[in-house]
Amino acid sequence: MKGLYKKFCLFFMLSLFTVFLSVFLVSCGPNAQNKKQVKSIKVWHWMSDRENAFLELAKRYEIETGVRVNFELYAPSDAYTQKVRAAAQTNTLPDIFGILGEKRDFASFVKSDYVYDLTEDMDGENGAWKNKLFAKALAVNEFEQANSFGVKPGIYGVPIDVTNIQMLYNKDLLQAVGSDSSNPPKTWKDLIEINRKLKAKGVQGLVSGWGEIWMIDCFASNYAFNIMGKDKVLDTIRGEVSYNDPDWIKVFDLFREMRDEGLLASGIVTMVNKTAEQLFANNRAAFAFNGSWCVNVYKGMNPDLNYGVMLPPQASDRYPMTIWGGAGSSFMVNKQSKNIQEAVKFLKWITETDQQVYLSKETQDLPSNKYSLKDIPMVLSQFASAMDNTTHPNVWGASEFPTVIETFDKGIQSIIIGEKTPEQLAREVQQVKEREMAKKQ
Amino acid sequence: MNNMRTKAVLQNYLFVLPAVLIFSIFYIYPFYKVFTLSLCQWDGIARFDFAKNFIGLRNFIELFQDKIWWGAMLQAGYITLMALTFQNVLALMLALACDRDIKGGNIYRVIFYLPLVLSEVVVGLVWKWIYDGNYGLLNYWLQNVGLSNLVTDWLSNPKTALTCVAVIHCWKGFGWGFIMLLAGLQTIPRQLYEAAKVDGASSWQMFKSVTLPLMVPVFILVSILTVLGTMQVFVLILSMTNGGPGYHTEVPVTRILASMVDSSRFGYACSQGVMFGAVLLAVSFVQIKLSKYMKQA
Repeated sequence: MKGLYKKFCLFFMLSLFTVFLSVFLVSCGPNAQNKKQVKSIKVWHWMSDRENAFLELAKRYEIETGVRVNFELYAPSDAYTQKVRAAAQTNTLPDIFGILGEKRDFASFVKSDYVYDLTEDMDGENGAWKNKLFAKALAVNEFEQANSFGVKPGIYGVPIDVTNIQMLYNKDLLQAVGSDSSNPPKTWKDLIEINRKLKAKGVQGLVSGWGEIWMIDCFASNYAFNIMGKDKVLDTIRGEVSYNDPDWIKVFDLFREMRDEGLLASGIVTMVNKTAEQLFANNRAAFAFNGSWCVNVYKGMNPDLNYGVMLPPQASDRYPMTIWGGAGSSFMVNKQSKNIQEAVKFLKWITETDQQVYLSKETQDLPSNKYSLKDIPMVLSQFASAMDNTTHPNVWGASEFPTVIETFDKGIQSIIIGEKTPEQLAREVQQVKEREMAKKQ
Repeated sequence: MNNMRTKAVLQNYLFVLPAVLIFSIFYIYPFYKVFTLSLCQWDGIARFDFAKNFIGLRNFIELFQDKIWWGAMLQAGYITLMALTFQNVLALMLALACDRDIKGGNIYRVIFYLPLVLSEVVVGLVWKWIYDGNYGLLNYWLQNVGLSNLVTDWLSNPKTALTCVAVIHCWKGFGWGFIMLLAGLQTIPRQLYEAAKVDGASSWQMFKSVTLPLMVPVFILVSILTVLGTMQVFVLILSMTNGGPGYHTEVPVTRILASMVDSSRFGYACSQGVMFGAVLLAVSFVQIKLSKYMKQA
């Protein structure tokens, strides 16, 4: 009996060994895919709204070129950001990926050799690729000579769409209070006037996702550019002008005025942009501060929404109104990838006119290719027409300390809830700025 | 004989090895790494070089001076205090009610436990809608019952935002305390109550002299876990207020996330994590000491 048990054990072990050996040998051998030598590139992205369009384009690209493009979606964007950073540390970045964050984060990726320099490819064939794209969108992915980040000058990313952030107005609500809906407010005074009429009728003024503090930052910097001009804003970032400057107090005071005039929707300081979009789409606010991506969002929420796009009304006539804009989403090529050339070819293909027209049609986003603006909806073309007024922190060549940005934006929330005065906030922001500058020295 | 002993020792070590390996990889190494990073200035992107990034205790010095961090700690402390008192007292009262032989006891148990199984994000979003200043149900009810003077923008008002979040945290968490306390109550022998009744004890005397002393170990466990769980509150805050308005609902975990993601200050975020861990450890230590003292008393 014992002998039989031993024989059984031996047989079992041998069988197990044979199975493992077979699996090992099979997995080491060339598989069917390798035999055919199908090339493939991997793309990581966070844009859940574009997933289907990307998959369709990948299918078309494989038919045209035989190269398989695997789009991998990782959402939400916070999770994606962490995934890309973790992958960078473990050298497992895909062939193509996007970088979310500030310009300093982008610079850090470039300096650490994770991002391929696309300048030569962009400039090749007399700049054929570069010239197709909106210059402002490309600028977001570019590092200029002697940039403060210490990055070798060049273009390090390809914009796949373009965006800008403006104000939207509800035509029906403006008409209801006797305002000309084809002539939205152009000055701050006009805006306040119209708001008084709206308020009398019980209509909320402005909604925006100011619980997400970057949108406050965006609104405030639009007015900073309008009130004191680009140079003074950049001088402040460089530490040459104080936040206690009267012009900055004027910027902060606009928020105080909006609060006192009841222009801001109730709960705006903790409102996420999705809620703001719902309120505007459901005719519950007359104005919204939102980006061009909203066209698709509003279409989904209320296809009958009657609205238009306008630049934020000017608070000063000293400088033109400037809005944030440029590349909406960009792709970078992994410098460590074995498929650099294939990745570049794909990015060239996806930014060609036909593909951009398709993407724009499917996602209602502004294309990054300037020759693909045909057949876009009226509202989207209004957004496109303001591209000349755009700027973006990523093209300023200098960036503010994150702690200063946070104090600035959270402080504006405090003005809105009546906790701080513009002067108090200016002092507070300047203190943080001085502390950070002292640390740097 | 010696060979046999060596073999036995080796065998023992071999059996322990997988557990040691798992513990080392998933607990000791990450902790070591977080502590190492807390001594560095690093953005989480550039290739990590300890010698180049090492800044000593500078992150901790800055952290000690960071008023917003300590404010966030106090705010988490406030929510914890609410949970320790309001949430656990409610849980105890309901557990006491369900401990009796009442009709439909199991239904009540399910109902009280229900908030706990709901996703925190969903709870946060639903309550955010209820609290909404414009179209929220709470304001609608208040207006309907003639309390229009109480109508406010609950989550954007600095005076009410933190309490609103704390109340929802308690609402979501009381089911867990309820189950733990109910389980504890059911371990108390019924004979003790019968004997007390025979001696003419009132309900309050039975609660004070039988239930409370025998429930001390359960109270201690529930309070330690409440403190540890509540201090780390995060998802509710993120889905309801995102730390706003201003810094009024910031808690330590939202600050750590802000340092790590928004500011790319990985080293500083790690020092916040280490400090937070140390504070929680100290609180737990005090609680354990206190519980030992209470048991002896």
